[in-house]
Amino acid sequence: MLAMDYRGPYRVRTTDKPMPRVEHPRDAIVRVTRSCICGSDLHLYHGMVPDTRVGMTFGHEFCGVIEEVGAEVENLKAGDTVLVPFNIACGQCHFCRQGLYGNCHEANPAATAVGGIYGYSHTAGGYDGGQAEYVRVPYADVGPVKIPDWMDADDAVLLTDVVPTGYQAAEMAGIQRGDTVVIFGAGPIGIMAARCAWLFGAGRVIVFDHLDYRLDFVRQYGPAEVYNFREVDDVVVFMKKTTDGLGADVAIDAVGGDAKGNALHTLFGVKLKAEAGSAIALHWAINSVKKGGIVSIVGVYGPTGNMVPIGNVLNKGLTIRANQASVKRLLPRLIEHVREGRIDPKAMITHRVPLEEVADAYHLFAAKLDGCIKPVLIPNGGR
Amino acid sequence: MAVPARRPAAPNRIVPAEVLGWGVDAEPDNDPTWPMRDRAGDPGPHWPRPALQRTEVKILQSIEYARRPAVFGTAVPPRGLSGVVRRAAFRWSESSWLHWLLLMGADRVNVIEGVADDLAKARIPNIPAEMGARAEWAHNRGGLFRKIAVAGAAAAVIAAAIRRRRV
Ligand SMILES: NC(=O)c1ccc[n+]([C@@H]2O[C@H](COP(=O)([O-])OP(=O)(O)OC[C@H]3O[C@@H](n4cnc5c(N)ncnc54)[C@H](O)[C@@H]3O)[C@@H](O)[C@H]2O)c1
Ligand SMILES: [Zn+2]
Ligand SMILES: [Zn+2]
Repeated sequence: MLAMDYRGPYRVRTTDKPMPRVEHPRDAIVRVTRSCICGSDLHLYHGMVPDTRVGMTFGHEFCGVIEEVGAEVENLKAGDTVLVPFNIACGQCHFCRQGLYGNCHEANPAATAVGGIYGYSHTAGGYDGGQAEYVRVPYADVGPVKIPDWMDADDAVLLTDVVPTGYQAAEMAGIQRGDTVVIFGAGPIGIMAARCAWLFGAGRVIVFDHLDYRLDFVRQYGPAEVYNFREVDDVVVFMKKTTDGLGADVAIDAVGGDAKGNALHTLFGVKLKAEAGSAIALHWAINSVKKGGIVSIVGVYGPTGNMVPIGNVLNKGLTIRANQASVKRLLPRLIEHVREGRIDPKAMITHRVPLEEVADAYHLFAAKLDGCIKPVLIPNGGR
Repeated sequence: MAVPARRPAAPNRIVPAEVLGWGVDAEPDNDPTWPMRDRAGDPGPHWPRPALQRTEVKILQSIEYARRPAVFGTAVPPRGLSGVVRRAAFRWSESSWLHWLLLMGADRVNVIEGVADDLAKARIPNIPAEMGARAEWAHNRGGLFRKIAVAGAAAAVIAAAIRRRRV
C-alpha cells in the first residue's frame, strides 16, 4: 500500500509499505479516505520530537472505512464509515475512566507522560499513522465513531482533532460570561478556539498571528478582533492597553514549539533544540493575562523543558491548564454543534492533495504558501 | 465526600479522612481539573487490563512504567547505530535530559542511515522533491531562487577556500 514515509527533517515522500495487520484482538484496519496534515505534524517534520524514526508514517487526523476487525471488536464491522480520534485509548485504565482519553496508560510504552497517538513518533507509541491507504487502529471498540449519514466526510475528518482541540482549549480556559479571551495563533486550532470561546460565553475574542491571510479568515470565522504581532511594538503592552491596564481574563496558546517572533527562542528552541521548542507565544500568554487568570495551553512542546516566566505565573497567581485534547469525551457535543451549524469545520480546508503529492503538501503547509490553512491528503483517490 | 477506598496503608502513611478538616470545602466545580477529569468512574490504580499485545519486535519502554502497556506500535523497530543509541537512552527516565538528547542524537544518525539504505537499494533520494520543491516552484519562486543563490554563494566560498589552500 502507498504510505507517507519520513526521511528526515523537511524530507518526506510516499513509499510502498506492507499492509498493516491486526496485531491485537481489539484492532481494526481502516481504509483511509481522508487524512489531514496538522500543525503537530510540523513539529515532527522539523525534527523537533525525539525518537522520530526514518521510515515512519505520520498522520493522526483521518477517517475511512473499516476493512477488517479483530476478534474482540463487536461494535464495528467491515464497511462501516468511521472517524478516528487522534488519541489511542483503552477506555478502561485509571485515566480513560476519568475521561482523560488523551492520557491513556495502556497505549504507549515509550513515555508515561505521553498518550498513544497515531503516526506521532515512538515517543507517542510507535504507531504508523493515517497518511496512508490503510492504517492499524488499536482499541477500535473505544475510539472510532461511525460517521452519521448527514455528515460530510470533510467535517468528519476535522472532528478527529481540530474541532475538539479548539473546543477543549476554550473549555480549559474556564471562560465565564463576558470574559476577554486572547488567543495566540490563527492556525486551524486557534481559529477553532476563537469560534468555541464564544460558545462558552466570551465577551471579547482577540487573536494574534503574523500571517494576515489567516487573521483575515478568523476575523470572519470566529469572529474575532485580530492583530498582527509584527505590527505591534510589544504584544503584552498592547494587551494591557486594550484591557484597561489589567490584561485578558484568559489566554490560549494555540501555537506551540514552532512559534515565531523572538530570535532568542528561535535560536535555542528551534535551531539548537536546547529548549523543547520556541516558547514565545506561551511567554506572551502568561504575561498578557490578568492576575488570577487562566492560561490554557494546547500548543505542543517537546518533553525536555522551555524558558517561560514561571515567576510571573507565581506572582500573578495564574492557573495553567493544558492537555492533548480528549477527543472521545467531546465528540457527542461537537457532533451536535456541527449538526446545528454552530461549527462549520470544513470551511477551513483550503487544499486537497492526492497522497502521492505528500511532500508538496507538507512544504506548502509548513511554509504557509498559497493561503494554506488546512490541507487534506486524499489516498485511494478518495474512494 | 466519599473517602477513597484504599488497601491497608503503609504504617507511616497519613489517612486523609483522619486529618482535621479534611474535605470540608471539597466542591467538584472548584476542581481546577474540571471538567477534564470525571472522578466518578475512577477504578484507581488497578483496572481490569486489556488483553496484552504480543510481538517479536523490540519495544523500548520507559523505566517509569510499572508494567508494559497492553498495546503499542510496532513500526520501524530500532536498528543500526541509531538503534544502539536509542536502546541506551532508555536506561534513563523521562525526567532525564540525557534520555531525550540521546534520542534526538539517534534521530540525526538515523537520517544518514536512511540515505545509506536508499543508496544500498540503488536508489538516489530525490531530496529536492522530498522537500516539496514543486510547491516552492509554484508558490514561492522568489524564495526558491533566493535559496539557490545562497546555496550557490556558499558553494563558491567553500570552493574558493579550498582552491586557496591548494595554492
Ligand atoms: N493539544 C492538542 O490536542 C493539539 C491538537 C492539535 C494541534 N495541537 C497543536 O496546536 C498548535 C497549532 O496547530 P495548528 O494546526 O493550528 O498549526 P499551524 O502551524 O497551522 O498554526 C500555528 C499558527 O501560529 C502562528 N504563530 C507563530 N508564532 C506565533 C506567535 N508567536 N504568536 C501568535 N501566533 C503565532 C503561525 O503563524 C500559525 O498561523 C500546534 O502546536 C499543534 O501541535 C495540539
Ligand atoms: Zn492534529
Ligand atoms: Zn486507557
